[in-house]
Amino acid sequence: MTSARDEILAAVRAALDGVEPAGPLPPPPTVRPVDDLVGLFVERVEDYRAVVTRCAADEVAATVAAALAGGSAVVPSGLGIEVPGSVVDPSTGSGHRDGLSATDLDGIDAVVTAARVGIAETGTIVLDHAEDQGRRAISLVPDLHVCVVRADQVVADVPDAVALLDPARALTWISGPSATSDIELDRVEGVHGPRTLHVVLVE
Amino acid sequence: MTGGTFVGMPAFPEAARAALGDTQLRHNLAHATHTIRDKRARVVAEVEEWEELRVAGTAVKEAALRDLATHLEQLEASLTARGATVHWARDAAEACAIVARVTHAHGADEVVKVKSMATAEIGLNEALEAEGIAAWETDLAELIVQLGDDLPSHILVPAIHRNRAEIREIFRRRMGDVGRPAPDDLTDEPSVLAAAARAHLREKFLRAKVAVSGANFAVAETGTLVVVESEGNGRMCLTLPEVLISVVGIEKVVPTWRDLDPLLRLLPRSSTGERMNPYTSMWSGVTPGDGPQEVHVVLIDNGRTRALADDVGRQALRCIRCSACLNVCPVYERVGGHAYGSVYPGPIGAILNPLLNGVSDPQTASLPYASSLCGACFEVCPVRIDIPSVLVDQRAQVVDSHRGDAVPKPEAVAMRATAWAFSDARRLRWAHRASGGAGRVLDRLGRTTLPGGRRAAGRLPGPGAAWTSARDLPAPPAESFRAWWQRTDGGRR
Repeated sequence: MTSARDEILAAVRAALDGVEPAGPLPPPPTVRPVDDLVGLFVERVEDYRAVVTRCAADEVAATVAAALAGGSAVVPSGLGIEVPGSVVDPSTGSGHRDGLSATDLDGIDAVVTAARVGIAETGTIVLDHAEDQGRRAISLVPDLHVCVVRADQVVADVPDAVALLDPARALTWISGPSATSDIELDRVEGVHGPRTLHVVLVE
Repeated sequence: MTGGTFVGMPAFPEAARAALGDTQLRHNLAHATHTIRDKRARVVAEVEEWEELRVAGTAVKEAALRDLATHLEQLEASLTARGATVHWARDAAEACAIVARVTHAHGADEVVKVKSMATAEIGLNEALEAEGIAAWETDLAELIVQLGDDLPSHILVPAIHRNRAEIREIFRRRMGDVGRPAPDDLTDEPSVLAAAARAHLREKFLRAKVAVSGANFAVAETGTLVVVESEGNGRMCLTLPEVLISVVGIEKVVPTWRDLDPLLRLLPRSSTGERMNPYTSMWSGVTPGDGPQEVHVVLIDNGRTRALADDVGRQALRCIRCSACLNVCPVYERVGGHAYGSVYPGPIGAILNPLLNGVSDPQTASLPYASSLCGACFEVCPVRIDIPSVLVDQRAQVVDSHRGDAVPKPEAVAMRATAWAFSDARRLRWAHRASGGAGRVLDRLGRTTLPGGRRAAGRLPGPGAAWTSARDLPAPPAESFRAWWQRTDGGRR
């Protein structure tokens, strides 16, 4: 008996008998230059009804503390920002059984992470879950996500981000708070992911 | 708990007539399709190079399909190298059995599900239920459909046919049966309904050991699967459970990491009418210390190689399930998704179902006719699937499949009679006279008046009823063109 694998691949080859493979692909359209990258990024993130606060490098800790408004917070081990009273999640390399359980995380109000890249055109933040961002669960379960993005991390559009990102890492692209349009296509912010996204943009 | 099933649905014309009689449904659909259509138009207009993007996206998917076996083998190798287990399934039953086997192996009696067309197509929830496994849909619209024992009617928004009042009723009635009940003060505000879904599903996310997903894209080069979503239910399922099983159609493969670029720019704007959807998750096999540590990928055929062999229809496999074609279709807007009798409704469903399943079944064979061929679907398709051309080709295949019938269809009889009359001048003159006579009768007895004042038959008796049940039959003119030409010498007299 042939395996499903062999049979499917044979069927694919039979279906394409005489079909030439495609030639070189036309390049996707390049990105138009943007005058004020950071300004566009802020505008587009706010368009999703996320909160954006711009601050200087020496104001980050205070800005984050203000965003947390005294609630409990979890931070990744490599955040590099002082968040008094926060719970530090062990580094991603150590295996998530040792870290906080999903139920533990459900009892925490907020998470503070860094980001890998910001996309101006679409108002998107991409996490690659390095040490300053932590494993995926910590930026998902708490209801408030405070995300610190440096101005020099902002790129113009999706192709710039794709070029920078490493597909070997788990990646999470975030464009505003969680949302749904499933009821009469009426957009509602806040379903299962963090209902509030607060971006701290460091200039 | 299962939803409904499409098995045994009547052919499109019959189902459409029932749907057209439902004024609530027509109201819900018109509102929803117009809202999303306008949103899409606004964000697409922002992108000057939209047409170039479409061409680039088309080229990526076309390149993937034209050398599919190579890319599938590469995908398997990349996934395996990244610690995932790859399974292959020829059909729905094989795919469902694999998911059930993996779930049982972990002693689980439930799975949480990310919205996935592939798992809906293979009837996974029903198959798992038969194996004693509860499959919880976690997408809000899928939850509404599942709790309502209903059928999906749209690719992106499966509960598009339900309004807020109906959803409130479903939540109040059914949530308590399967978990945390809806709060007593539940209103029909969308934000309140969404909050009820959040509370209801959170306990399921926190305890689930096994999750099932589909994938929007699978990158052969890197073994990366991509799930595009809005609510965060996808992230929950892809992150919290120990075991993740992704059911992926073989046409979801794209060759390289960079190929994601045009597709990620095309999909959200075409689909939800946003510059970017709230959440996109990407993972390549197992990520040590982060998320599910056991990752399975089930690659399914289930008719795809059949479609791939169709030279005209092959392009339908480029589909990225954005559902823009549904939202602009004048037929879909009026009859809704259920009439198509499949998880794939609308223009793309009208070609995809016959391509995946063949046209031997009368229900599937009726789908290529569920279109006015207006072409709006082709215009909005982000991967340039020429749906009208495929529809016409599928119609030809339906007609061809009846060539050997012992009893020809009335249409074939009418065509043969027409050919006989048209092939001889004398016969044609007689036919014109008969038609003119019929015209004079209809002109007096016609039950409706068309714009311009021409009378039309309401309903023909006998085999002609099949024609007039969905169309007006204008009264033929009392005088034929030939008779007029002879009488007036071409208008000179």
